[in-house]
Amino acid sequence: MALSETDVKKVAHLARIALSPEELPSHIKNLSKIIDLVEQMNTVDTTGIEPMAHPQDITQPLRDDIVTETNQREKMQRCAPLTEAGLYLVPKVIEDRSNEASEF
Amino acid sequence: MEWETVIGLEVHVQLSTHSKIFSGAATAYGADPNTQACAIDLGMPGVLPVLNKKTVEKALMFGLSINAEISNKSVFARKNYFYPDLPKGYQISQYELPIVGKGHLDIQLDENTVKRVGITRAHLEEDAGKSLHEDFHGQSGIDLNRAGTPLLEIVSEPDLRSAKEAVAYLKTLHSLVRYLDISDGNMQEGSFRCDANVSVRPKGETKFGTRAEIKNVNSFRFVERAINYEVARQIELLESGGTVIQETRLYDAERNETRSMRGKEEANDYRYFPDPDLLPIIIDDKTIESIRTTLPELPWQRRERFQSDFGLSHYDSYCLSLTREMAEFFEATVKATQATPKIVANWILGDFSAYLNKEQTEISESPLSPQQLAQLLDRIADNTISGKIAKTVFDAMWAGEGDADKIISSQGLTQISDSSALEKIIDEILLNNPNQLAQYRAGGEKLFGYFVGQIMKATQGKANPQQVNELLKKKLG
Repeated sequence: MALSETDVKKVAHLARIALSPEELPSHIKNLSKIIDLVEQMNTVDTTGIEPMAHPQDITQPLRDDIVTETNQREKMQRCAPLTEAGLYLVPKVIEDRSNEASEF
Repeated sequence: MEWETVIGLEVHVQLSTHSKIFSGAATAYGADPNTQACAIDLGMPGVLPVLNKKTVEKALMFGLSINAEISNKSVFARKNYFYPDLPKGYQISQYELPIVGKGHLDIQLDENTVKRVGITRAHLEEDAGKSLHEDFHGQSGIDLNRAGTPLLEIVSEPDLRSAKEAVAYLKTLHSLVRYLDISDGNMQEGSFRCDANVSVRPKGETKFGTRAEIKNVNSFRFVERAINYEVARQIELLESGGTVIQETRLYDAERNETRSMRGKEEANDYRYFPDPDLLPIIIDDKTIESIRTTLPELPWQRRERFQSDFGLSHYDSYCLSLTREMAEFFEATVKATQATPKIVANWILGDFSAYLNKEQTEISESPLSPQQLAQLLDRIADNTISGKIAKTVFDAMWAGEGDADKIISSQGLTQISDSSALEKIIDEILLNNPNQLAQYRAGGEKLFGYFVGQIMKATQGKANPQQVNELLKKKLG
């Protein structure tokens, strides 16, 4: 199945990847190939087979509720372009002043 | 046209744990920015999340308490979106196989009405960080201490029909998570947050109208106001020929209005897929049963016990058991006093609650202990003071003037129950009010109350009211 230019542009936007007009054709071709592979797998009869959530058939180990991490702010912030008062600084995201405005 | 409101709520409950859901960083509130954000919370390359056992246990406790279906297999998924307070570019949440399935919660709407509200699901997820939008030279400051804090998102069915019902549901849910001790429920600190999906439809219509999702509501009062505003907005829009668009709206408490969050909808393509960094959680029946044994007495079980053990009404029992703190205060008082449970209930739901409300005080910060209240009620029970004087004593106790006994003796509030002393006072009053006495004798029976009032005035309210009644009746004969 061939993806349209619109599809690829949309996916690129969602992934925040900038594609130049020159790059577009090869991405359309390569992504369409991946979709073809999925289409091929879709032809296999999987009736009655429970989908796996993970390729390895093992279960999630659990940790005890213990604090094991110490404050490493200084180290972590060394690779940040801008910090102030312990905060990471980023370009202003939205006009709203509320801090609850995230996706939650 | 008559309209019907339809509301479904999504509540994010912060689970009370020491460490985060997928990392060993601390979750303590109010720490210096980014001092509790480790490499996993920051989404550094090469790190792997490992699930905190406590979060699974707490989610299961909740599921069992609402009689939910618990599936043996549960899976984490990535919810993909870009926002600076979400360093990984995705939130680890659950999509297809949530840890808690369909259940229900019964809510009390008024003295005689109970409504069953369906709970669609509850799933585990991580919280995001916080963006601070002021004072950084036109930039936003990001604090990632909250990133990775465990949340249980509880999604209700669209079963609620008014803002009042929504608040009753939230209060019941809040009470439940506090009873279960799975969350501190602190709304100011964001441990209990609510999004409301609100739509309206003509009464009798079975299809749902287009809904708006209201975010940013962090108190019971604001939820009620935000929903009422939104319902009015939608009805006005529809009645003037417009259409409601499906969108996210933000509640502004200062202006009491909801506003559209422009441009957010386009990004609402979360492309969920199973998180390859996490394996399926398998919960066997043995684990479920062992969690079941850790469930404490739940609000409705306590209510039933109050009814059967103390002979209280359904409604009194409901009010007393609504919060764990209130229920414990009540039981401790009953244990410490000779007064009947009904009298204790009346005082706690009456004067005590009124004072708490008036002063916006939590029961845990009450200036009165259960033992102090018990002593006051004992003094009424043994006739040292009348119920009316008890209110004066209560007032003084609340103001921190000491125990009931101390206040009664220092202010001379002991009830006058000495018949001869009372008779003397009554005689005097009758003698000083010849006109009223003559009117009474001529059939003005209403004046009985006038005499009682005079006697109470003469004794500063300390006369034993029952005795006054009896003696006065005899004298007026």
